[in-house]
Amino acid sequence: MASTGSDPGRSRTEPSSAANGGAVRTLSQSELDDELIAKPVVPLRHPGRTVAACIVLLLIAILAYSLVTNKNYEWSTVAHYLFYPRIMQGLRNTLVLTVVSMSIAIVLGIVLASCRLSENKILSMVAGAYLWFFRGTPLLIQLIFWYNLSALYPRLGIGVPFGGDFFFSASTNSVLSLWLVAILGLALHESAYMAEIVRGGLLSVSGHQTEAALALGMNRSVTFRRIILPQALRVIVPPTGNQVIGMLKYSSLVSVIALPDLLYSAQMIYTQTFETIPLLIVVSLWYLLCTTVLTIVQGYIERYYGRGEASRQPARRTWWRPRLGGREQLTTPVAAPAVEQEDNA
Amino acid sequence: MSTSTASSVTQAGDAPIVRIVDLHKSFGHLEVLKSVNLDVYPGQVVTILGRSGSGKSTMLRCINHLEKPNSGAVMVCGEVVGYQVKGNRLHELRLRDIARQRKLTGMVFQSYNLFPHMTVMENLMEAPQRVLGRNGAEVREEALRLLDSVGLADKADAYPGTLSGGQQQRVAIARALVMNPRVMLFDEPTSALDPELVGEVLEVMKSLARSGMTMIVVTHEIGFARQVADEVVFMAEGRVVEQGPPSQVIDAPREEATRTFLRSLGQRNAPTAT
Repeated sequence: MASTGSDPGRSRTEPSSAANGGAVRTLSQSELDDELIAKPVVPLRHPGRTVAACIVLLLIAILAYSLVTNKNYEWSTVAHYLFYPRIMQGLRNTLVLTVVSMSIAIVLGIVLASCRLSENKILSMVAGAYLWFFRGTPLLIQLIFWYNLSALYPRLGIGVPFGGDFFFSASTNSVLSLWLVAILGLALHESAYMAEIVRGGLLSVSGHQTEAALALGMNRSVTFRRIILPQALRVIVPPTGNQVIGMLKYSSLVSVIALPDLLYSAQMIYTQTFETIPLLIVVSLWYLLCTTVLTIVQGYIERYYGRGEASRQPARRTWWRPRLGGREQLTTPVAAPAVEQEDNA
Repeated sequence: MSTSTASSVTQAGDAPIVRIVDLHKSFGHLEVLKSVNLDVYPGQVVTILGRSGSGKSTMLRCINHLEKPNSGAVMVCGEVVGYQVKGNRLHELRLRDIARQRKLTGMVFQSYNLFPHMTVMENLMEAPQRVLGRNGAEVREEALRLLDSVGLADKADAYPGTLSGGQQQRVAIARALVMNPRVMLFDEPTSALDPELVGEVLEVMKSLARSGMTMIVVTHEIGFARQVADEVVFMAEGRVVEQGPPSQVIDAPREEATRTFLRSLGQRNAPTAT
């Protein structure tokens, strides 16, 4: 369609210039240009996309139909258990575990990352060994290990190192409650991952920023807190959001030490009632709700730490108006710098 | 135009504000500075010329201890930078004390190094508030005055990423000045700029020189050196080869190395040199 539209323009110029020189020419070059510019643009059609979208919609419709009509989902049972007290208690436990373990892991991760990047070889090596161990062994083993620590050290206390007596001590099992074991296990494991995320973030900030801060007379702590960390956080936040969502779900591993989190609470119910699928749906709905909230929160945090970088981010794409779609969008970025230059002059 | 600076320079008996004595610096096996000596007096504008790799930037970075010299000493306002003299030894200072000494100097970098997560105003206010512990409202007023003097009062709330290179560098100059330094260090301040933006930054530097600020400027801008500098220092291979007023070093260089360097530079920016 577009090619037929441009044909008349060409056929009018060619005979005029080739056959009779300029004598028969009726349209000047600028008039031809104006005519060309005035032509409307016919967008390229994508029939393949339309067909694919229709197939996908059909599949979704089939799935939705089965969700509603298949009695085996037992939606009434799902509704019954959705706010069931034991499920609520489990949800609360999962949230507390996630928040507490993740907070400890983030703080510990920052400390470990600073040690890793330290000029002190001992600190850097010790942090490296910590990462090597806690990333290198499964979380499940670490949890069971902490649970059984009393087999290695029956009593914990403070005293003279290297075989001296304790000034103060207690039995390991009385110190390490179920909750402490769970939080210790999750936080220490997670801190190893967080350390690498934080280190990546810190390395992403140019060394020039440190120099500029030092040249202004800032000390190391102000430089880190005010200049380096806020810039590093822009890089740290997205993978951390990933980790929080991951932690929300794999905190369910604490069921091996019999701590009733969301999943374990549901399991305890369905081993008695055999309503396995409806209860797993209940649990999944709660997990989905939590991750949705976390994703939204992450979006806000990212926007906060991305301030100042807004100009570098691409314009927001929406499905009804793709970026660089029509001609009017193409003209805007061309016009913008011209205005800016006038400002400069 | 440089009468006010010249008069302050000629006062006999003035102590140098920056004194570099037998400075050596190596990076690994590469010896970048091989015994550099230089005195800068209050109110002087000193430009340092030389090929890249001649050690001029390294020397500048030793003045505020961003580089630690291997031997020799730098003194700013009579204080040895980075060390404390105790008996016949130099004890390394803690970073806190080095930070205190760095308040005497302001530095402008080739790549501006503004803090991208802060607005222009926040860039200017950060150090006076955090380092000098000054009152916010008071600093804001002074910062606005400085932004106005570099022609960017309307950009106070903009983020550096939205500014042109020349604008960013002018903000960087204002950020250094708001700390009220005794000496300004410029490390190739126009080398990263598009040619048409060099002028606006040099203009700000010229007016700063007219105001009597002591400036040490590493640059390739011969025109600026000729017009503004009281003293031109030519460095090559880690040493000061030639030193004197621009009329001597630029227009009638004694050393062959200086002549060769100026010839190569003259070919590059011949139109602006005249």
